Amino acid sequence: MARILEIEDLSVHFPINIGTVRAVEGVDLQLEQGEVMGLVGESGCGKSTLGFSILRLLRPPGEIVGGRILYHGQDIVRMGEKEILSLRGNRIAMIFQDPLTSLNPLFRIDKQFIETLLTHEKGLAKGEAFNRAEKMLEDLGISPERLLEYPHQMSGGMRQRIMIGLGLILNPDLLIADEPTTSLDVIVEAQFLDLLNGLRRQYDLTILLITHNLGNVAQLADRITVMYGGSIAEVGPAEAIFENPLHPYTQGLLSSIPNIKLDQPKLVTMPGSPPDLVNPPQGCVFHPRCSHTMDICRHEKPYVSKEDGHLVRCWMYR
Amino acid sequence: MKSLTRYIIARLLLTIPMVFILLSIVFVVLRIMPGDPVSSMLGGHAPEKVIEQKKVELGLNRPMAIQYLNYLWQVCRLDLGESMVFKQRVTKAIAEKLPATIELSIFGIIITLFLGVFLGAYAADKRRMARDYIIRLYGIVVYCIPVYWMGLMLQLIFGIWLDFLPIAGRTGPRVFASTFEKTGFYILDTILVKDFSALGDVLVHLTLPAFTLGLVLSGIFLRLTRANMLDVLKADYIVAAEARGIKHRRIVYKHALKNAFIPILTMMGLQVALLMAGAVLTETTFSWPGMGRLLLERIYLRDYPTIQGVIIVIALVVATASLIVDIIYAIVDPRVRY
Repeated sequence: MARILEIEDLSVHFPINIGTVRAVEGVDLQLEQGEVMGLVGESGCGKSTLGFSILRLLRPPGEIVGGRILYHGQDIVRMGEKEILSLRGNRIAMIFQDPLTSLNPLFRIDKQFIETLLTHEKGLAKGEAFNRAEKMLEDLGISPERLLEYPHQMSGGMRQRIMIGLGLILNPDLLIADEPTTSLDVIVEAQFLDLLNGLRRQYDLTILLITHNLGNVAQLADRITVMYGGSIAEVGPAEAIFENPLHPYTQGLLSSIPNIKLDQPKLVTMPGSPPDLVNPPQGCVFHPRCSHTMDICRHEKPYVSKEDGHLVRCWMYR
Repeated sequence: MKSLTRYIIARLLLTIPMVFILLSIVFVVLRIMPGDPVSSMLGGHAPEKVIEQKKVELGLNRPMAIQYLNYLWQVCRLDLGESMVFKQRVTKAIAEKLPATIELSIFGIIITLFLGVFLGAYAADKRRMARDYIIRLYGIVVYCIPVYWMGLMLQLIFGIWLDFLPIAGRTGPRVFASTFEKTGFYILDTILVKDFSALGDVLVHLTLPAFTLGLVLSGIFLRLTRANMLDVLKADYIVAAEARGIKHRRIVYKHALKNAFIPILTMMGLQVALLMAGAVLTETTFSWPGMGRLLLERIYLRDYPTIQGVIIVIALVVATASLIVDIIYAIVDPRVRY
């Protein structure tokens, strides 16, 4: 398998007036061609920031302060404006949390498709672009006549499918999906994940699925990365993560999912709250909330321990 | 679109009561105001008898209610009456002056929109950079300057010191009045008779008044555009467009500006009234023979019918402009349904 994306020691900081938010700190992540990688973690753990960094879409004051993002071996962090523009939407696509606000309300759907196509394929005839948009809508299970409508005439699920369509119209090989189902209801969500799974085969996609919903990743992901407090806690094959979670944070995360089959009188919760990323805890960022804290956890950052393809950053496994 | 037609008809019908309410207010206020057309014509020393005779002649001796009803009936027949001071139909006086004011206002608003909207969008894009601060400073300064003072300064700088732009009138002395018989819109007239040196002369005369009006109003539009653009640039669809590789300039000036333009349009509809008020002052400063100057002159003379007529027409212009804005609104924003 070829390696499509390789993130090495990436750090993203947001300097604000009370200090610097270390949103992402020293993250390593590899994506193999054709896999779906689930990136999970709670709000504010840096997973979306990581997704935005890959396309260099960070808003000021957010800034990549260190590390490399290699896409097919080319470093995105050091690319010029022109090169990064030709990657966006063309080679790497991204879809967002809220489909209701992610489409420009004043442009007809066909115009948005044609604009995206012509941005990357200069000299393409408009009629040809329109035909390709029609074909894309068919793939998405939307009647092609709806190309002539405006976003407000469509439902949320349909708009999210349009977003995917705009992302895939140029046949990218990498899709970053940033919480794509958060604002959809459960039925539409299930349909959407099915569609994504189908498109993944049809378009030979590699997907980075960013979510806080473990159900989503269970359904789609081949491998899972768990992030906590701006760093990676654990990476492994989906089954391994679900059946044999190593990191105490992953264990806590999984045990806090309510299970209808067990007779639980109370929901299991994790004590404490997410770390302050302006003044992160010394040593392991998770140690103040961890039930297995050892002396070393308070002073030194854990390094990666490995167990055939299953990586964990925790002193328990050194 | 069918509902749009219905909306337009409803709006047009609504202007009828508006005109009558306005008319009633103006009618009463004019007659409460000290002075009347007779004393302004004959002066303070005319014999009592002559004054009485003139009042009877003009119908001013009758009870106010009767005068009011008579006038309303006249207006219903689309007749604005005759000036009390000059032997002149009010409609004719207005027809002579209205094109001048419309010409000035249109160019004023074009300058306002160009300066206000583009500088505002540019400032929002370059937020917190030196260019942004300079543009914002400009916005506040022109917003604070009174129209007539701005006019006087432009006259001083471009008319006197630099001496290359005329400071009064709609044309120079060498252009024949017969050129302007067709429409009264000088630009249109000169183009119709293909007299391009006259066209140049007309444009040169229009420059300073139009800039005076345009600069003053541009401040409001600049600030409004900048504020809207800052909001729109944060929107999800802007990030999404960026994620599709669309060029920054296109995102700012096409995707974002089109969205930011909607509240600006609303503002434009509201500002037409202010534009007309500004036109009155600008016309006075630049001896521009338009509605504003006509109104001012006739207020001094207490020429009741002409004042009432001018105000009705200005109200109709404002109402028409805001109707046009509403129509543009429906075209720009597909979500708007009337």
